[in-house]
Amino acid sequence: MFFKKLKECLTGITALWLMAWTGAVHAEWGLNLTRGVTPISHEVYDLHMLILWVVTIIGIGVFSVMFWSILHHRKSKGAVSAKFHHSTTAEIVWTIIPILILVGMAIPATKTLIKMEQTGDADMTIKVTGYQWKWKYDYMDDGLSFFSVLAQDSNDARQPGSNIDLNSIDHYLLDVDQPIVLPINKKIRILTTANDVIHAWWVPALGWKRDAIPGFINDNWIIIEEPGTYRGQCAELCGKDHGFMPIVVKAVPEEEYVAWVKKMKMAKAAAAASGDRDFSKDELMASGKELYSKNCAVCHMAEGQGIPGTFPALAGSAIATTPEGLPDHIDRILHGKNLMPPFGEQLSDADIAAVVTYERNAWGNDTGDVVQPKDIKAAR
Amino acid sequence: MSEAVIHNGHHDHHDHKPYGIGRWLFSTNHKDIGTMYLVFALIMFFVGGAMAMVIRAELFQPGLQFVNPLFFNSMTTIHALVMIFGAVMPAGVGLANWMIPMMIGSPDMALPRLNNMSFWILPFAFTLLLSTFFMPGGAPAGGWTMYPPLVLQLGDGFPFLIFAIHFLGISSILGAINIIATVFNMRAPGMTFMKLPLFVWTWIITAFLLIATMPVLAGSVTMLLTDKFFGTSFFSAAGGGDPVMFQHVFWFFGHPEVYILILPAFGIVSQIIPAFARKPLFGYESMVYATASIAFLSFFVWAHHMFTVGMPLTGELFFMYATMSIAVPTGVKIFNWVATMWKGSMTFETPMLFAVSFVVLFSIGGFTGLMMGITPVDFQYHDTYFIVAHFHYVLVPGAIFALMAGVYFWLPKWTGHMYDERLGKIHFWLSAIFVNMLFFPQHFLGLAGMPRRIPDYNVQFTEWNMVSSIGGFAFGLSQLILVWVVIKCVRGGQKATDQVWEGAHGLEWTLPSPPPFHSFTTPPQVTDATAHS
Amino acid sequence: MSESHSAYFIPEPSRWPIVGTLALFVSFIGGAIMLNGSGFGTFILGLGAGAIIYLFSGWFSDVICESIRGSYNRQVDTSFRWGMSWFIFSEVMFFAAFFGALFYARIYSVPWIGGEGAKLPTHEFLWPMFEAIWPLMTTPDATIEGGTTAYNQIKEVIPAWGVPAVNTLILLSSGVTVTLAHWSLKKNNRKGLCWWLFATVVLGFLFVTLQATEYAHAYHELGLKLSSGIYGSTFFMLTGFHGFHVTMGATMLTVILARSIKGHFTHENHFAFEAVAWYWHFVDVVWLGLFIFVYWL
Ligand code: HEA
Ligand code: HEA
Ligand code: HEC
Ligand code: CUA
Ligand SMILES: [Cu+2]
Repeated sequence: MFFKKLKECLTGITALWLMAWTGAVHAEWGLNLTRGVTPISHEVYDLHMLILWVVTIIGIGVFSVMFWSILHHRKSKGAVSAKFHHSTTAEIVWTIIPILILVGMAIPATKTLIKMEQTGDADMTIKVTGYQWKWKYDYMDDGLSFFSVLAQDSNDARQPGSNIDLNSIDHYLLDVDQPIVLPINKKIRILTTANDVIHAWWVPALGWKRDAIPGFINDNWIIIEEPGTYRGQCAELCGKDHGFMPIVVKAVPEEEYVAWVKKMKMAKAAAAASGDRDFSKDELMASGKELYSKNCAVCHMAEGQGIPGTFPALAGSAIATTPEGLPDHIDRILHGKNLMPPFGEQLSDADIAAVVTYERNAWGNDTGDVVQPKDIKAAR
Repeated sequence: MSEAVIHNGHHDHHDHKPYGIGRWLFSTNHKDIGTMYLVFALIMFFVGGAMAMVIRAELFQPGLQFVNPLFFNSMTTIHALVMIFGAVMPAGVGLANWMIPMMIGSPDMALPRLNNMSFWILPFAFTLLLSTFFMPGGAPAGGWTMYPPLVLQLGDGFPFLIFAIHFLGISSILGAINIIATVFNMRAPGMTFMKLPLFVWTWIITAFLLIATMPVLAGSVTMLLTDKFFGTSFFSAAGGGDPVMFQHVFWFFGHPEVYILILPAFGIVSQIIPAFARKPLFGYESMVYATASIAFLSFFVWAHHMFTVGMPLTGELFFMYATMSIAVPTGVKIFNWVATMWKGSMTFETPMLFAVSFVVLFSIGGFTGLMMGITPVDFQYHDTYFIVAHFHYVLVPGAIFALMAGVYFWLPKWTGHMYDERLGKIHFWLSAIFVNMLFFPQHFLGLAGMPRRIPDYNVQFTEWNMVSSIGGFAFGLSQLILVWVVIKCVRGGQKATDQVWEGAHGLEWTLPSPPPFHSFTTPPQVTDATAHS
Repeated sequence: MSESHSAYFIPEPSRWPIVGTLALFVSFIGGAIMLNGSGFGTFILGLGAGAIIYLFSGWFSDVICESIRGSYNRQVDTSFRWGMSWFIFSEVMFFAAFFGALFYARIYSVPWIGGEGAKLPTHEFLWPMFEAIWPLMTTPDATIEGGTTAYNQIKEVIPAWGVPAVNTLILLSSGVTVTLAHWSLKKNNRKGLCWWLFATVVLGFLFVTLQATEYAHAYHELGLKLSSGIYGSTFFMLTGFHGFHVTMGATMLTVILARSIKGHFTHENHFAFEAVAWYWHFVDVVWLGLFIFVYWL
C-alpha cells in the first residue's frame, strides 16, 4: 500500500518536472483571479489588479532599498556604522505617503461595494439553500425547485481506493447532476440561506461568494453577460463533505431558458402522476438503491455501516429490521432527528417508499417488507 | 519551610538550584520556566507540523489517498490550534520569561508561583484537546474558528474542546498579568519606559491584548457549550440568536490574537537588526507608538474575517477602512527597520539572516492581508488558498522565523556556548527556500479558485499542490536541523562571552553567559549608556 | 526602589501551582464526562472541586503566613496590586462577551428576523409571522405555522422595579458598607471593621438568596428559562455569571471577616482586604449594567 503510494508520488514528481520542461500545462490551469462574466466581476478583477500592482511596486521599492543597503553597508566591505537614529521628516513622509495610497485604493473599492449592494429591481429571484452536502434551488418566479448534488462519476471516483483515473472524468468534483440554468443579460437576484450549518455559495466567474446561513437570508445579484457553463464550490467549511458540494451554472439565451423551464415543469408533473401508483419490489429496490447512494450514503455509508459515534449504522439496526421499527423508520426519514436531516420535503412519496424498502432489504436486513407510496402519504 | 528573601549584597547562598523533577514541577524561577515554555513550544511545533504533513500528503495529488475527509478536517483544525496556542504563543512567553527580567534588571518575574501555573496548564490543556482523537465522533473538525452550528455537531469531544480552550485562556491571562506586573513594577532604577528594550515594549502591549481578548474567547466558547447542552439559543435563529454572532465575538478575540502572535516577533526583530547593523534602532519612539497603534486598531477590524456573512453596507465599509489603516503603522515599522540597516556596518550571522528574511516575507504576507482588507475583492479571496497563503506568510516566515531568530540570538546567553554557525546558516537557507516553495504557490491556487479546508480537488490544481507539498516536506525536514543545533549548543561548544554579539547592547548582555539563577539580585543602575540598543 | 529593608521576595519552589493545575484538569475532565451524559463524571467533578478548595486554602494560607512574617516589601505589594487589577479587568472582558451578545441580539438579530434593517428577505421568506419585540416572549420558531418549537415560551418577564431594584439597593449599600469597613480599618478601628464587614457579608448573601428565589419563580411560574430563546439565554447567562461572582465575592469577604476577627491586617498593610473590596466593587458595577440593560431598558 505504502509503496504503491510512494510510486504514485514519484511518478507525480516526474510528471511535474516534465510538465515544467515542456510547458504542457493543464487546460484549465490558472495563476490569477478570473475576470468573470458579470459587470461586477470585471470591476472586482480590476480592483484586484490595481492593488496587486500597488503592493508589488511598494514591495519592490522597499526591498530594493533594503537589499542595496545589505550589499553595500556590510562590515566585510569596510562599512562603518553611522550614528543617526531618528529623523522626524522621514517619519512623517513615510506615514503620509501610505495614507494617500490607501485612500486612492479605498475610493474605487467603496464605489464597487456600493454597487454590489444594489439588489433592487431584479428581473427574477432564485433562492439557494445549502444542505449538508448539496444545494437546493428555488426559482421563485417560475415555481421550479430542485436539488443539485455532486455528479455520480465524480462521486464514485472520490471514494478512497476507487482506483478510477481522475483525468478520465470531466470536471472532477466540479460537476453536478442537475445544474442551474439561468438566462443571460437579466438582473437576477440570488438569495442564499441554509438548512443545517453555514455554507457559502461561490462561483468565481460571477464575481463574489456569499455565506448561506441557517435562519437568515442574504441578498445578492448578478447579470451574466456571456452564455457558458460556470463552475464553483461551497466555500465555507460545512463538515465531512464540504469539499464535495459543487455548483454549476449554465447561462443561456432567454429563449433557451424559457424552453428549459417548460421542460422541467413537464418532467415534474409526469413524476407526480406516476408517484401515486403501487410499485413492484424490484422497481422499489432499484430506485431505492440509487436514491440511497445519492442522498443517504454520505452519512450512513455505502453498505449501511454508518460511522460509529457520528452516524448510526442502518444495517442490522432495530429500526430497519423489526416490524415495530417501521413507523419510526419512515418518521426518521420524513422529519429527521438531531443530525439526521428531514427528507420529507426533498423526496417524493415514491422516493421515500423506495428508500425505505431498499434499506429494509439490503445489506442483510432481509425483512421482505415492501413499502408503497401510499404508506408514506399516510405517515406524512 | 525557609524563606527565599534575597538580601541586597549577600545573595550568594541563595544561588543553589533545586534538583530533580521538583526543580521543574515546582519551579518559581523565570529561567527554568522560560526553558520549559520553549521546550514545550518546540515539541508542539513538531506535533502541529506533523499534522501539517498529513494535510500536505493528502493534498499532494487529487483523489483521497491517506485519510478520510472527516479526519482531514480534524487535522486542519488541530494543526491550527496546536500551532497557535501550543507553539507560537508559548514560544513567545518563553522568550519573555527568559529575557524580560534580564532586560529590565530584576531578579525574577513579579509573581513567580503564578508563572509556574501559567506554564503547567499548557501540557494538561493539550492533553484535554488531543485526547479527543480517541473519542466517539473524533477530534474537533469544524476549523480552528469553531463556527456554530457545525461545531455543535461534534461528538463526545465537544466539551473537551471547550474546556481545553478555557484552560488555555486561563494560562494566557495569568501569564499576561505576570508580564504586566513585572514590567510595571520590577524595573531597575533609571529604567524608564522610554528606555525599555523594544522586545519588552511589544510584550507589554501583547499582554494587554491577551488580557482584553482571551476572556472574550472564553465567553464565546461558553456560549457554544450552553447552546449545545443547556438549551440556550445564542447561535440559532429559531430562538432569536444568530450563528454570525459567534463569528463577531470570536473575531473580536481572533484578530487581536494574530497580533498577539506577531508583536513579540516585531520585538525580537527590533532587538536583532540594530545589534547586527551595529547602529541604534531607527525611530525608537515611533516604533513604540506604531506598536501601540497596531494593537489599538486591532480591536476595530475583526469583521474583515467575515465580509461574506452579509453585513450591512456601513459595517462592510467601516471594517474595510479600519483594516486598511493598519498598513500605516506596520509600514512605519518596516521602514524603521530598513532605516536601521541603512548605513550600518552589517554582518549576517544566523539571527540576522532570519530577521532580514522576516522583514521581506512578513511584508509579503502583509501585502496580501491588505488586499483581503478590500471588501469587494475579499468576496473572491475569502476562504480560498489565497487566505491560507496570506496567513502562513505572516505566521511561518513571520512569527516562526522571528522566534527562531530570537532563539539563535539568545541561545549563547542561555547556555554559555556558541551554537554551530555553519549548521545555523544551513538551517536558515533551507528554511527560507522551502518556505517559499511551500506557501507561494498557494497564492496561485487560491486565485485560481481552490477553496481552503478541502481534502480533495479538481485536477487543474494538481501541479501547484505538488510543488507546495514538496516544499512542505522539505521545510519540515529542515527543522530537524534546529533541534540538532540546540542540543549541540546545550551540550557544549565554544565559550560565549557576556556580550556575545559585538553590537548587542542592554542589561541582559551585562550578565555572565549563562546568567546566574536569579538574574539581578542587586538592581543595576540604568543610564543612557546601558539602555536599549 | 523601596525604602524597605529587604529585597524582592522570590518564593521557594512551591507545589501549589501544579496542584492547582491538576485540580482544574480533573474538574474539566469530570465536567466534560458529565456533560457527555455519564454520572461518573459528576463524581470526578466533585473530586476536582474538592481539590480546588484545598488548593485555595493551601496556597492562600502560605501567602498569609508569608505576609504575616513580613516577607513582603512595598514592591511585592505593588505587584499584587497590578496582578489583581488586571485580573479584574479580564473579568470585565468576560462579561463584555455576554453583554456583546445581548446587544447584538437586541440591535441586530431579533430586529432582522422581525423584518427591520438590512435583512428583509429573512423575515419575508423564513419568519413571516415573527414580530420583533424585546423582551422576546415568543421565539421565531414558534411563529411558524404548524411547526414545533424547540424553546420555552415566556409568559411574563421579571419587572425591573420589583426584586431587581431591591437587589440593586442591597448591592449598592454593600458597596458603601465595605468602604466604611475600609475606613475603619485605616483608622485602626477594629470593631467598626468587623461590624461593617459583617454587614457587607450579610447583604451579599441576602442578594444571592433573593436572586435564587427569583430564579425559582422564573422557572416555575414565568416560563422564563435558559431555554426560553435569546431573551432567556442572555438573561440567565448574564445574571447567572454575575450571581456566581457575587457568591465568590461574598465567600471571600467571609474569609476576610474571619481574618479580621482573628486580628489580621494592619492599618497600613491589608492588601487582601483591598483586593476583595475591589472585587466587590466590580460585581457591583456589573450589576448596575445588568439592571439597566437586562431588567430595565
Ligand atoms: C501573525 C498573524 C497575522 C498578521 C500580522 C496579519 C496581518 C494582516 N492581516 Fe491577516 N490573517 C491571519 C493572520 C495575520 N494577519 C490569519 C491567521 C488569518 C486567517 C484566519 C482564518 O480564517 O483561519 C488572517 C486573515 C485575514 C483576513 C480575512 C480574509 C478572509 O478570510 O476573507 C484579512 C482581511 O482583511 C486579513 C488582513 C490582514 C491585514 C490588513 C494585516 C495587516 O496587519 C498587514 C499590514 C502589513 C503590511 C501592509 C505590509 C508592510 C507595510 C508596508 C511596507 C507599508 C506600505 C504599504 C502599503 C501602503 C500598502 N487577514
Ligand atoms: C502559527 C501557526 C501556523 C504554523 C506555524 C503553520 C505551519 C504550517 N502549516 Fe498551517 N495553518 C495554520 C497555522 C499555522 N500553520 C492555521 C491557523 C490554519 C487554518 C486552520 C483552519 O482552516 O481552521 C492552517 C492551515 C493549514 C493548511 C490548510 C488546510 C486546509 O485548509 O484544509 C495547510 C495546507 O497546506 C497548512 C500547512 C502548513 C505547513 C506545511 C506548515 C509548516 O510550516 C509546518 C512545518 C513544521 C513541521 C513539518 C514540523 C517539523 C518537522 C518534523 C515533524 C519532522 C518530520 C518531517 C517530515 C515527515 C517531512 N496549514
Ligand atoms: C447529514 C447526515 C445524514 C444523512 C444525509 C442521512 N442521515 Fe439518516 N441519520 C443521521 C443521523 C446523525 C442519525 C441519528 C439520529 C439520532 O437518532 O440522533 C440518523 C438516523 C437515521 C435512521 C434511524 C436509525 C436508527 O437506528 O435510529 C434512519 C432509518 C435513517 N437515518 C435513514 C436515512 C435515510 C433513508 C437517508 C437518506 C434519504 C438518511 N438517513 C440520510 C444522519 C444522516
Ligand atoms: Cu457546504 Cu461547505
Ligand atoms: Cu484579522
